[in-house]
Amino acid sequence: MDKEQKMGLTNERIQERLTGKFGDAVFHFEESYGMLSFEAAKENNLKVLQFLHDDAELGFRFLTDLCAVNYPDQPGRELAVVYHLHNLVDNLRIRFKVFTDITTPDVYTASKLFAAANWMERETYDFFGVNFVGHPNLKRILNVDEMDYFPLRKEYPLEDQTRVDKDDEMFGR
Amino acid sequence: MTEHHQHIKLPEGSIEKQTVTLNVGPTHPATHGVFQNIMELDGERIVSTESTVGYIHRAFEKIAERRPLYQITPLTDRLNYCSSPINNMGWHLTCEKLLDVKTPKRVDYLRIIIMELARISDHLICNSIVGVDTGAYTGFLYVMQYRELIYEIYEEVCGSRLTTNIGRIGGFERNFSNTAFTKLEKFLKEYPSVLKEFENLFTRNRIFMDRTIGTGGISAERALNYGFTGPNLRATGVDYDVRVHAPYSSYEDFDFSIPVGKTGDNYDRFLVRNEEMWQSLSIIQQAYQKIQEFKGAEAEVFHANVPEYYLPKKEDVYTKMEALIWHFKIIMGEVDMPKGEVYKSVEGGNGELGFYLISDGGRAPFRLHFRRPCFIYYQAYPELVTGGMLSDAIVTMSSLNLIAGEMDA
Repeated sequence: MDKEQKMGLTNERIQERLTGKFGDAVFHFEESYGMLSFEAAKENNLKVLQFLHDDAELGFRFLTDLCAVNYPDQPGRELAVVYHLHNLVDNLRIRFKVFTDITTPDVYTASKLFAAANWMERETYDFFGVNFVGHPNLKRILNVDEMDYFPLRKEYPLEDQTRVDKDDEMFGR
Repeated sequence: MTEHHQHIKLPEGSIEKQTVTLNVGPTHPATHGVFQNIMELDGERIVSTESTVGYIHRAFEKIAERRPLYQITPLTDRLNYCSSPINNMGWHLTCEKLLDVKTPKRVDYLRIIIMELARISDHLICNSIVGVDTGAYTGFLYVMQYRELIYEIYEEVCGSRLTTNIGRIGGFERNFSNTAFTKLEKFLKEYPSVLKEFENLFTRNRIFMDRTIGTGGISAERALNYGFTGPNLRATGVDYDVRVHAPYSSYEDFDFSIPVGKTGDNYDRFLVRNEEMWQSLSIIQQAYQKIQEFKGAEAEVFHANVPEYYLPKKEDVYTKMEALIWHFKIIMGEVDMPKGEVYKSVEGGNGELGFYLISDGGRAPFRLHFRRPCFIYYQAYPELVTGGMLSDAIVTMSSLNLIAGEMDA
């Protein structure tokens, strides 16, 4: 288990600070496997990230990871953008999520705040089609530019392993 | 003259402009991997550069959404293939965190031996390649025989060398053989003098210092903002190391220090990696000592007791009903995972390698995301090289320890 709570800042304190500042605009607090996780509306993502970054007590100045998740069964909340942030001084990590619908997947870019977010957002756009508003160079990064779909969305299944219509001497099954 | 222009269709303004466009890569001996950099040069000075990655993207995250846990381990091999055991164990640790599996101390120590050997082989490649790119080929060839010895130890433990697929959830597939320990002893005995020689070849070498000091530098603040981790971050003076900040595999039982640099340039990165190899050696020595202290039945432990996730012995699969059932269930992915979200990271060869695993209670992950350190820090490359010389940019590229397999996932 991660020894994360030995210092002054605790998950409870983070939650207190956040609800003190944003009230009901931050919600769904939960602690899974020792990491505090919470949500905010997608319009507020930058406000929350900026507060987490600038607040002297919170000091989440390191963006560990940014990725998206597709939940096809949640109408209006099909895509989640997940930020993993790290306070290196108190050695605490948190997970922050914003949900968006899949028809207008517009989320503000965090690349002005974290230079690291630039490529991570491009990757997230590439695979999930999340449109990061204000991103300086939002284009595909790992896939070919000509691709016209977002492959990590659940609507694009992997190839059927039992298919028999393939006739390939070298690579067929 | 006009006819000439009709045949060679040059882009508008390309004759008038004062700079030269140069493609470095995608396949070029100096990139040590498949990346492309389109550089704008004024003489030999870099005015701007644009990086393109993704040439060997293999959709691991998508493939992982159909695979049971054990079938994902070979995917992790192919991330940073210079230190694949660390990736394998990072993945197994992630699974163990989700499945709440506790590993015995001896397993932790054996894992640490393998992970630190992997770190040494990773740093060895990176540092010797920096040497090659500054014109010193000898060091590279010389240290290769010790990477070979490390690979022989892997081979003894898991049967393969580069893409190791080492270990299981809860431990190792088999106990370390005597040959493995003999080879480890040989390594511990011989490697220090080799590393010393390697170090002597470079650290105070005038040519090497001139080529690396002050090139490719970055401040700690920028490095943090860019999401640097691992030796590249430590070279800027930030002592962040996952092994210390979030100890896994009982790293807290070991006594070692985190070397840091100051300027974050190519020279500091080299020195930090060099010192980390000494620290890794000391960790391996400590771990080996601890392992020898186990007596009786404890000295034979090489896996946790988790029949739901740990493959039974092959002899038992052929002779015992229970073992056959578990074997079938694990191989076919019939054991469902608990629901949950975990993030687990390990200190990989080139930075914090993270696994973000979301399970919906099925046989395969609902979503698996790899935090690949070099994908994140490579975006700082233009900032590191702009304004510098082309030949320094090549050294910077190799000293960042970029692994195309990891970057492109």
